[in-house]
Amino acid sequence: MAQPILKPADRQGKNVGAPKERIEDLRFLRGKGIYVDDVKKEDVLHVCILRSPMAHGLIKSINTDEAKKLPGVVAIFTAKDIQDHCGSIPLIPIRLHHNPLLDPYKQPVIASDKVRFVGEAIALVVAKTPAIAEDAMGLIELDIENLDIAHNIESAKTNAVRLFDDPKGNSPLTYRSKKGNAQLVFDNAAYTRKEKFIIQRISAMTMETRGVLAQWKVDSQELYVFGAAKVPFWNRAALAQMMGLDKDHVQLIENDVGGSFGARGEFYTEDFLVPFVAKVLGATVKWIEDRLEHLMSMNQARDCDAEVEIACDREGRILGFRGHMNYDLGAYPRTNGLVAPRNITQFLTGPYKVENIDLSCDIVFTNKTPSGTLRAPGRFESNFFCERLLDMAAKDLGVDVVEIRRKNVLSPKDMPYPFPTISPSLIDHTADTECDSGDYRETLDRCMKDFKWRELQHLQGQMVNGVYHGLGLSCFIEGGSAGPRENAKLRLDKDGPVTFSVGSTSVGQGVETVLTQIAADELEVDMADIVMLHGSTTLLNEGWGSYHSRSTVMGGSAVTNATDLFKEEVRVRASALLKCDASQVSVSAGMAFSPQGQKVSWNDLVNTKPIEVMGTFASHHHTYAYGCSAAHITVDPKTGRIKVLDYLVVEDVGRAINPLTVHGQLVGGTVQGMSGTLLEHIVHDEQGQLLTGSLADYLIATSTDFPIIRAVVMEQYPSPLNPLGAKGAGEGGTICVGGAIGNALASALRSFNIEPNSLPLSPMRVWEMVQET
Amino acid sequence: MQVKMNVNGKTFEADVAARLNLADCIRHEMDLTGTHVACEHGVCGACTVLVNGEAVRSCLMLAVQAHDQEVLTVEGLSNDDELSALQASFRKHNALQCGFCTPGFITTAHALLSKEPHCDEDRIREVLSGNLCRCTGYVPIVQAVLDARVAYQKAGVL
Repeated sequence: MAQPILKPADRQGKNVGAPKERIEDLRFLRGKGIYVDDVKKEDVLHVCILRSPMAHGLIKSINTDEAKKLPGVVAIFTAKDIQDHCGSIPLIPIRLHHNPLLDPYKQPVIASDKVRFVGEAIALVVAKTPAIAEDAMGLIELDIENLDIAHNIESAKTNAVRLFDDPKGNSPLTYRSKKGNAQLVFDNAAYTRKEKFIIQRISAMTMETRGVLAQWKVDSQELYVFGAAKVPFWNRAALAQMMGLDKDHVQLIENDVGGSFGARGEFYTEDFLVPFVAKVLGATVKWIEDRLEHLMSMNQARDCDAEVEIACDREGRILGFRGHMNYDLGAYPRTNGLVAPRNITQFLTGPYKVENIDLSCDIVFTNKTPSGTLRAPGRFESNFFCERLLDMAAKDLGVDVVEIRRKNVLSPKDMPYPFPTISPSLIDHTADTECDSGDYRETLDRCMKDFKWRELQHLQGQMVNGVYHGLGLSCFIEGGSAGPRENAKLRLDKDGPVTFSVGSTSVGQGVETVLTQIAADELEVDMADIVMLHGSTTLLNEGWGSYHSRSTVMGGSAVTNATDLFKEEVRVRASALLKCDASQVSVSAGMAFSPQGQKVSWNDLVNTKPIEVMGTFASHHHTYAYGCSAAHITVDPKTGRIKVLDYLVVEDVGRAINPLTVHGQLVGGTVQGMSGTLLEHIVHDEQGQLLTGSLADYLIATSTDFPIIRAVVMEQYPSPLNPLGAKGAGEGGTICVGGAIGNALASALRSFNIEPNSLPLSPMRVWEMVQET
Repeated sequence: MQVKMNVNGKTFEADVAARLNLADCIRHEMDLTGTHVACEHGVCGACTVLVNGEAVRSCLMLAVQAHDQEVLTVEGLSNDDELSALQASFRKHNALQCGFCTPGFITTAHALLSKEPHCDEDRIREVLSGNLCRCTGYVPIVQAVLDARVAYQKAGVL
């Protein structure tokens, strides 16, 4: 598996590999996209959600008498009503890496006796308009007895305040990754260095807030839920189970989705509550999240600390990594809170060959908004730890920062390179994973060359016009293409277009265009002759969706399987008409040909019966795109302000189906990473109150912040794991930013001997670091 | 309250609540859902429309304040046959991904280029800094607006 088994040239068409303008854009640019709040239904009732104003407390009473009297109010629901209807309060299931020992920690869909974070749902008001529902919400009298809180990792780990009545306390699970004998190498290494790191809490902050439109069809006893995203099939199964309905009576409809970044589209409490209200009232019910609710209740991320140690020989060859980390998951594990703490434990060593590893991470529950995946979960954090340590080791050992990376990155002879085994892992095949292909020096060298690193190096630490110049770099791997499978149905009706239905979902990444490019080349037809439907549960029995940079690889590979099956069926049907063996029929561009040159159109072959085939692609093996980024910054020591003068990221993605959209993922991902490194910070005070409740308080990057972001996409080492040779490539830009900027800052302020080990690198923080020296 | 305004060249008349903001009025009373609401506190710019040629955050304006005014939304800048030069430039540069912020960028950039077709990159960045995008990193958006200037210059707008 060390050598690429499939070169891009093996599957050559006119669309794949071309920078195709996107199909989706035609509706988005005209304002014709249909997002959940744009779905038009008659007689819609509106839901507002009363949320906890306390971070930790006991609910003593909820008085809804006055609220119910307001004209236009239809109903008010609290935990008691849900208990009465369901027998118990349903819990949010864990979608990824479920472990039964977390069962006592699962989030109830509505708070019944206790609230554990500011923003937790307590009551639902249903009214004829959203304004009336909000007015009524203000009339509900809520009595909550305040409890002490566990507001951060340190206080939670003392268990002085317990969020749950479970003997395991606030920190019930530890992830561990092991390889070789770390103890032995650390006892004998020529060089070791141990450092502490902190990363702040941030938000995915999708531009579209969440929303649910649920319709209960009384006659057919069916539930239709609009606004589904990311993983509609899994969410359908979860919702059906919680509602006590047959799966076939629940349909989740995917509309246009204004961004996910890992957070949008997971199964939240509202994804049960709104459909529940619709069913109980036999009505169509809508809830559209406002930005404050979004900041209080949508999954947050990062928020961890680490004490990690590196061991090297005198030349800077890495001998081992060891250490311990803590990940603050907020109040509940929700559907995917375990992904990030698991990833920082397994992937901390990134693109480097490391034989001795002993890393662990405690998950910690605190009285804050629950945490979940955010673009590059655990990978952004651990890249920061690893890349900062590597620069410190280089400095201590007198080795060049580029050379120390060249010495340690993976080469083709290391492939398939195994990562350390992670535990606990209850499904065996997910405990181990390995890099698939690549020569990691190539992206490093290309980045250094295109960035003109050597030419700029003399500026490091120099003050020019009152600001210090610094350079930093970071190497990374990006895991993608999560299994187990994806499905793609192909159907051709008489006079119809070739219609695909895939389980992949669109979260804005352009999946409609990318999968159409693949299908068009496989069938040798124009992209305009193809219809690519996706996501909704009405299309397929089963699908998996878009997360872990999987939609192009898994969905695209399923599309190629569907086209193969389609061509087989065309051959069989054509062979009877062309009077030859099916194996002799050639298929292309809407026609089937006999060896003698006789032909029949696909359309004629579906005269009496349409062709429908079900393509699928199954794989448990992840792809690993990889790359390198470099930053040139200036720092004003008087204000602490960092300015990014130039930034370049180079990533080898195996094969770029659409270079335009891959480039867009890299640049956009980079700016999201910049924003998380320099600007963003979700702040709770010591009472667990959210202090950053608006976009005026929570800063995300704007058009003036990072004007020069460059990206280079390489395709030197296709993945041997799928027919496209592609690797998932939605997160690489984000992963490496903290490391590169942190290293650039250390380089700029080398005369102060400053080692920035905590994020964000806000002007205040940088200024304080300068003052402290 | 009775309100009457010109929206995308057509007269709109309705009896609306005094507290109804212009964004909700456009979206839910006029069914022009291209105008998006993402923050409702005037920071993100997704709801930007033109009122008498000025870029305005429709979430910060009451519908009744638009009485007797001329309102232009993203739908009014489009036709079904072909994209405008600005829209085509956005598409060419991949200046949108999820598309949610896009109508606000189109209306804001259109207002800018209509008045300042020769503006430079810094000016474009400054004006667009009132619109938030989470997908693109802004780099292709700025490029798209720079490229679209020529169409506005040709149109002879000062």
